Amino acid sequence: MKNQARIARRKFTNRMFLALSVAAAAFGLVWLAFILGELFYNGFAALSPAIFTEMTPAPGSPGGLANAIFGSVVMSLVAVLGGTPLGILAGTYLAEYGRYGRLAFFIRFVNDILLSAPSIVIGLFVYEIIVFSPPDSSLLKVCRASLGDYCPVGHFSGVAGAVALMVIVIPVVVRTTENMLLLVPNGLREAAAALGAPRSNVIRIVTWRAARAGIVTGVLLAIARISGETAPLLFTALNNQFMSKNLAQPIASLPVVIFNYAMGPYEDLHALAWAGALIITAAVLTLSILARLLENKRS
Amino acid sequence: MSDIALDEQMTALPERAEAIRRGGAADTRFRMLTLAAAIIVVGIFAGVITSLTIGAMPAIKAFGWSFFTSDAWNPVTEKFGALASIYGTVVTSIIAMVIAVPVGIGIAIFLTEICPRPLRRPVGIAIELLAGIPSIIYGIWGLFVFAPWFQEHVQTWIVDSLVDVPYLGTIFGGPPYGIGTFTAALILSIMVLPFISAVTRDVFETIPPVFKEAAYGLGCTTWEVMWRVVLPFARTGVVGGAMLALGRALGETMAVTFVIGNAHHIQSSLFAPGTTISATIANEFTEAVGEIYLSSLIELGLILFFITFVVLAAAQLMLRALESRAGGAA
Repeated sequence: MKNQARIARRKFTNRMFLALSVAAAAFGLVWLAFILGELFYNGFAALSPAIFTEMTPAPGSPGGLANAIFGSVVMSLVAVLGGTPLGILAGTYLAEYGRYGRLAFFIRFVNDILLSAPSIVIGLFVYEIIVFSPPDSSLLKVCRASLGDYCPVGHFSGVAGAVALMVIVIPVVVRTTENMLLLVPNGLREAAAALGAPRSNVIRIVTWRAARAGIVTGVLLAIARISGETAPLLFTALNNQFMSKNLAQPIASLPVVIFNYAMGPYEDLHALAWAGALIITAAVLTLSILARLLENKRS
Repeated sequence: MSDIALDEQMTALPERAEAIRRGGAADTRFRMLTLAAAIIVVGIFAGVITSLTIGAMPAIKAFGWSFFTSDAWNPVTEKFGALASIYGTVVTSIIAMVIAVPVGIGIAIFLTEICPRPLRRPVGIAIELLAGIPSIIYGIWGLFVFAPWFQEHVQTWIVDSLVDVPYLGTIFGGPPYGIGTFTAALILSIMVLPFISAVTRDVFETIPPVFKEAAYGLGCTTWEVMWRVVLPFARTGVVGGAMLALGRALGETMAVTFVIGNAHHIQSSLFAPGTTISATIANEFTEAVGEIYLSSLIELGLILFFITFVVLAAAQLMLRALESRAGGAA
């Protein structure tokens, strides 16, 4: 009898905790549905062709998000074009040359810290090195003298925003490149080396090519990551009410515009913020799906 | 072997030596190029610490250690202290972890033990999607949708029912604004959930099936197998994943900035508006005038970087140890 009661209790505990873990999964899925549902509902209500053609308005007047979309695309593009080669090279060092060495261990550690470092701190860093400049600094004088209006140092600028995003792109690309290169079977490297190919050719012609889909996946994930980043742009690229094609000047970006509009009291600007949020989410989801498809194709 | 063939080889030799030498030089150049790129990564890291320390110097000189113990934040009299911001960062992160760790482990158990196989992948992807949604989306949703909903349907009810309970009545008391420390923590917990569940699930899957089979053979229930065998085995991984999530929660900016209310006070109620380090910087940096104000904000950033560094470093060392163990087992 005692034994049976014990078994009944154990069965009850089992059912209870398994039910709780089902509830945990439901908890996660319900929030996801709640967030995406509201986002689509409010976002689509505010979406119109004008969003893509008109400039960001002042409260009370009609407008769109064209300049913010443009700014986001341009800064992300510069960040990815600059960060990808550097990230791939550094990841190659870790996977092909450093491997188990102490230096590689240290670099890997630092890279993983940068990967999860608060993005607002990256913003402060770029503010310190590019935006903020003592008025009497020689760098600033040289820059102003040689570039004039195109000198990006010493004030908020699109260049500063792009650099901040680049600092976020690099660790992502380093990490995925290393992981993907490590998946390449050593037999491939050995076969190429046995044919007499120098190490650098083995890497460029054989291992990079074998890991290409994985590396591209990493770059896509990096773009997805930066397209929603707000904190590092707040005090680097700042904002701009007009279309600016000069990266040396402050430039608008979708996340910053959403932040400013949502924090303000105006209903019409709130609607624009929802439309912007929908655009960003759509871009991020598309990139993630693309990355996943590529990954599936590879395996 | 005819002499002609040998002759041909002899004449080809210098060319071949030249090719090998060229290959070697190209190798060295390429190796140095990749090394330089890797060093730049370290340079960025060092640059972050150096530039923030230099930027924070005026505030460090002006306030010294009292920066950590004062909750004053007055731009007019230029008296700044980090205590309210640090308190908010720590409290929101702790509450987020208290919610997210058990739920994240629960999701991992669901995905590995309960979920029907065909549903595992889609449910797993859906949970991971929570990590893919940009934080600004959480922010705008939190401000316009979640905070009003929470205020109307949950907060009022909690405040009313706990008003006479000692301690709890204070912690969950005060006017229900909707926005505030607790709301921020709740949203943070949703954001970091996937980090915990993904790492936990991955670690669960590395456990040799024979451990579980042995426990089932002794007559254990599924829960007993999870609690007594799988979780102890996966402990390092789960803690590592939780630390990774904590690192995210500590540094999260936009989602918190939208819903925490930006108030530089330490209040006994979790429903009251507060602030965190990242929210203070995001809200005030562009409007900060004066060297000391700006420099105090940068010192806040330096403190945040230091806190997250410690947490992330611990997370990494744990997950690394696990990785080498998994590698050794295989």
